[in-house]
Amino acid sequence: MNQKNRSWGTHLFDGLNLAILLVVSAVMIIPFIYIILISFATEQEVLSKSFLIFPTKFSLEGYRYIFSTPILLRSLAVTIGVTVIGTLVNLLLTVLMAYPLARKDLYGRRPVMLMVIFTMLFNAGIVPTFLIVKELHLTNTYWALIIPSAISAFNMIIIKNFFQQLPDGLEESAKIDGCNDLGILFRIVIPLSLPALATFSLFYAVTHWNTFLSAILYINDSKKWPIQVLLRQIVILSEKGLSDMNEAPPPPSKIINMAVIVFSTVPILSIYPFLQKHFAKGVLLGSVKG
Amino acid sequence: MNQSKGNLAIGISAPIRKRTYFWGQIRRNKWLYGMLAPGVLYFLLFKYAPMWGLLLAFKDYQPFLGFFGSNWVGMKHFERLFHDPAFWMLLRNTLVLAGYNILFFFPAPILLSLMINEVRQDKLKRAIQTVIYIPHFVSWVVVVGIAYTFFTIDGGLVNEAIMAMGGEKINFLASAGWFRPMITLEVIWKETGWGTIIFLAALAGVDPQLYEAAKMDGAGRLRQLWNVTLPAIRSTIVILFILRLGSFLDTGFEQIFLMLNPINREVGEVFDTYVYTAGITQGQFSFSTAVGLFKSLVGFVLVISSNWLAKRFGEEGVY
Repeated sequence: MNQKNRSWGTHLFDGLNLAILLVVSAVMIIPFIYIILISFATEQEVLSKSFLIFPTKFSLEGYRYIFSTPILLRSLAVTIGVTVIGTLVNLLLTVLMAYPLARKDLYGRRPVMLMVIFTMLFNAGIVPTFLIVKELHLTNTYWALIIPSAISAFNMIIIKNFFQQLPDGLEESAKIDGCNDLGILFRIVIPLSLPALATFSLFYAVTHWNTFLSAILYINDSKKWPIQVLLRQIVILSEKGLSDMNEAPPPPSKIINMAVIVFSTVPILSIYPFLQKHFAKGVLLGSVKG
Repeated sequence: MNQSKGNLAIGISAPIRKRTYFWGQIRRNKWLYGMLAPGVLYFLLFKYAPMWGLLLAFKDYQPFLGFFGSNWVGMKHFERLFHDPAFWMLLRNTLVLAGYNILFFFPAPILLSLMINEVRQDKLKRAIQTVIYIPHFVSWVVVVGIAYTFFTIDGGLVNEAIMAMGGEKINFLASAGWFRPMITLEVIWKETGWGTIIFLAALAGVDPQLYEAAKMDGAGRLRQLWNVTLPAIRSTIVILFILRLGSFLDTGFEQIFLMLNPINREVGEVFDTYVYTAGITQGQFSFSTAVGLFKSLVGFVLVISSNWLAKRFGEEGVY
């Protein structure tokens, strides 16, 4: 109708939209901030004030407790080890498989692709997989947390699609220079794909860091538990007691719970900002074409 | 050398030609096949061997007799399954939770990305995106742990707030009525932000000229949203909807397992958690394999049929 009216409506629209988005963002981030704040509170203050949001006294009680028992540090070490080695295994196997499949002239490429895609549509479920892992004598080893999830079919296909988009000329010229396929992959294709691979290493690393199901399936020995299993024992089961823990720490208080959550989350979240600029692109590179 | 030549050679020599062609390919690309081998081995060992293991559903698995030694029992486990009231409870719980997911969680990322797309200030837009992705990266244990902290009856922030406003404490964590809303809220909190990535990318690909044209025709912001933006992401929505339907029965083991307790088990136990409890912790391998097989088969049928449907409606489909 008239210009003035429309711009007023537009401002209202923009303002409302932004307000809602800021509230949504706050809902996403405030729980983390709250947990970090309480993890630095004092036990006394948490007990005395029922509605505590900003602690007035700063203390390291919670963290002191974490470092006083070997249990948490040990399982953090397990998690770090499994994450680092697991991610390397993931990347290596995924890239090794993706590259030949990206070569359109490779004989037998189609059946292999179909074989991979079928596993995305149909899976045998946890019991038969559990029995295989057991048959292979992987249970109660750290490899049980790494090998059964060595390749994600989905990630592999996206990386394959990414490789396909690289110009063919590069490979041919390398071949003329006497490079074999392994050389081409490691000297040319991988260096060109680093941003995409950085994204997938983050995804794989997060999966390993957060692994819970494979740990409760395959690891019985509590000394080998990764941090997530311990986290559940401490934070979620604390109300029911810690009866199924071999070396039970005293019933944890709220600040210890918070400190344990922070302790087990901060390391993986601190990688995120470094890779963040890559991943939106990395995810989409191949997925658009499916 | 090449395939067309091989096809031309007719008669007795054809099979021999074919075989030498095969070995020639292998030899020429030995590095490529060498690279492929570990991956293929992985899929055979950890994806296909377990499929063979599904035959356990038709056997009575005895650990000391092993896979091959155990007796065939035909459809016994399936008969037990369909007569077991527990099965119907599992089916109902799984379907209801999956329905909640489609109804409440599926539209959330679409709505959120439409809103983010309307933000004109680039820096602000990026800041919002960075923040809303974060919950995706924490584990379910942490998410459930946070939910416990906020919603517990002894000293949880939400209940304290309800009390301060003169209300009654609500036992969110140990009640049958609150289980499903809690599960759905947690999923929305954790994954909505992450889910926007793909829609935002689709939105970024919209031709700005379309907006210009719409503006010329006198379309306001809402009108542009309806006539330009939404049609632009329609196919993305359809594809993601198919994917969701395909994994309709996957309610997510970890989250539900972590939220289950004796009080909400009646509404909370789903196929995944039941297979774990009955199979792994109680050792009923054959019966729980049958439950798992039922779930996988239904899931498979759902993917195939939803993809077929999408193609019928003129969309590309997933494969």
